[in-house]
Amino acid sequence: MVTPLVSIQDLRVAFGGVSVLRGVDITLQQGEALGLVGESGSGKSVTWLAALGLLPRHAQISGSVRLEGREILGAPAAELDHVRGGRIAMIFQDPASALNPVLTIRRQLCEALALHRDLQGNAVKAEARRLLDLVGIPDAGRRLEAYPHEFSGGQVQRIMIAMALAGNPDVLIADEPTTALDATIQAQILELLSTVRREFGMAMVLISHDLGVVAENCDRVAVMYAGRIVEEAPANQLFADPVHPYAQGLIGALPPLDGPRRRLTAIPGTVPDPAKMPEGCAFAPRCALAAEPCGHAAPTLAPIANDRSVACIRAEASRRALLGIAAE
Amino acid sequence: MSAPLVEVSAISRSYAMRSGMFGRAAAVHAVDGVSLTIAKGETLGLVGESGSGKSTTGRIVLGLEPPDRGEVRFDGKPMAAPGTPAWRAQRARMQMIFQDPLGALDRRLPVAAQIREPLDIHGIGTPADREARVRELLRAVELTPAHDARYPGALSGGQRQRIVLARALATKPDFLVCDEPVSALDVSIQAQVVNLLCDLQAQLSLTLLFISHDLRVVRQISNVVAVMYLGRIVEIGSADDLFARPEHPYTQALVSASPAPGRRSAGRIVLAGDPPNPAARPQGCAFHPRCPRAIARCKSEVPALAAVGGDRQVACHLVTGAETRDAA
Repeated sequence: MVTPLVSIQDLRVAFGGVSVLRGVDITLQQGEALGLVGESGSGKSVTWLAALGLLPRHAQISGSVRLEGREILGAPAAELDHVRGGRIAMIFQDPASALNPVLTIRRQLCEALALHRDLQGNAVKAEARRLLDLVGIPDAGRRLEAYPHEFSGGQVQRIMIAMALAGNPDVLIADEPTTALDATIQAQILELLSTVRREFGMAMVLISHDLGVVAENCDRVAVMYAGRIVEEAPANQLFADPVHPYAQGLIGALPPLDGPRRRLTAIPGTVPDPAKMPEGCAFAPRCALAAEPCGHAAPTLAPIANDRSVACIRAEASRRALLGIAAE
Repeated sequence: MSAPLVEVSAISRSYAMRSGMFGRAAAVHAVDGVSLTIAKGETLGLVGESGSGKSTTGRIVLGLEPPDRGEVRFDGKPMAAPGTPAWRAQRARMQMIFQDPLGALDRRLPVAAQIREPLDIHGIGTPADREARVRELLRAVELTPAHDARYPGALSGGQRQRIVLARALATKPDFLVCDEPVSALDVSIQAQVVNLLCDLQAQLSLTLLFISHDLRVVRQISNVVAVMYLGRIVEIGSADDLFARPEHPYTQALVSASPAPGRRSAGRIVLAGDPPNPAARPQGCAFHPRCPRAIARCKSEVPALAAVGGDRQVACHLVTGAETRDAA
């Protein structure tokens, strides 16, 4: 078996004794697009901030994060500096706050290039211009001298993508990259991401609360709830046939854009407070299928079919039974 | 069709905006000649991107600010002058909900006091009646009386929006303007609030103006949908039909940009260009610089909203062809 590009095992994060990430396993292959969905506080972003050593020092982190087999969790700063931006780049929801408002785009792009590429003098500027061109900023040569506020929100996100590409990374972590943007601009940015991914042969992790965005742009999707992955499946299978009751709930809660209107199937209640996590399965208090054993032990992510796994004792049993019947 | 409750005829509103600290003031036409009618007990959905003028339209309809031109009639009568007793009486019949419930609530008052406040202001019922009404409202928004002594900070986002909704319903209004009421909520909570709004509308025969950028939510709740672009309505029609067969190139792009699980992005219309700037409105059809099908006429002549069969109206030279000249 090939070594996966990134392999996260049993990653746990706690802040002041309150666990927010409770054992996450993720593998990412070369060139793959993985989607991470879940509601606020489910741990989608914390997973990658922890993996890249970007959390504040008081965060208690355990587990393992391997990049091509090499452990990077708790690696020395010098090594992480090479990984961050050089191997794994990250873009965020609010691009404007990620740029320095008093420096030109050229200064900021060239800084990233100088850090990660062995370029000097005019070569740096030429490369900066090429990157800006690549992400579709018109008149790139002149616009290099502009400041962040002179660009629209969609353009600033394009610039962030250009900066992320500066180090020729193997993985791009895009954390809600289009949430702050209007619908038509969102479509542009998603198209740009898929183009650069194809051109650079980059793997991508797309973190989003928007199931539609993830479904359309990813090969594989992991659904997170309360600091754990509850279901993982190829994108088309997950949306056509979700197994975990929470994944079913998320998809049922999405109003359809065509066909007959139906009453939305809302998930009752709210996400549990990390400080008062229920015993056993964290979703059980909101789950229609919950039964007595759900309160005993947290279910682990277990395979139910090829490339599919789910962390639910109820769904797993019913699905296994179904498969058993199908096999006869 | 029942008599209209709200009739908006050709309202316009512009603001003076300076470019930079010493620049010349330029007029920004936030809303430009918008006409709408909302039948009693129906919901009109208003969609568009940021800067399209949908919120300004909502504020003018509520009488929160006067239109520069045009008129709003409520229940057959023109809006009373702000501050007069007639205006107060009218305002008790129309209420609003905004996107950010925490910003709309006072953090230092228990929620029951905030729900009761409109009853105190409008002098409705005896103190005992008001207490009973508050309990009734809490039940109506599916909260328990145990919530009444809590402070907004102790409630979740969905619960806060329910409190805002309860307060808006306190004076038994006929008309409710909802401006992005569920945009800040997670999908599962969003579905709860959307279902609640649909139920309450049916029980109380409320008339709604529902403003949102989210096409799915708008379709779920609206009878009629109007699409705005740079201060004008570009297309209006019955909700299901409009999303199934959009006629205006902008509506087509919006519908196509709305990601759907189970559909890959192939065939999506990706608009070129930046989101429109209301301070620099293009000549002719405001959409022409981004329109994939624009013709010469679009650059010079503003298309008028014209009927194209059924209850659909479209403002596009390509769709309405030669008739617009006569209609305008």
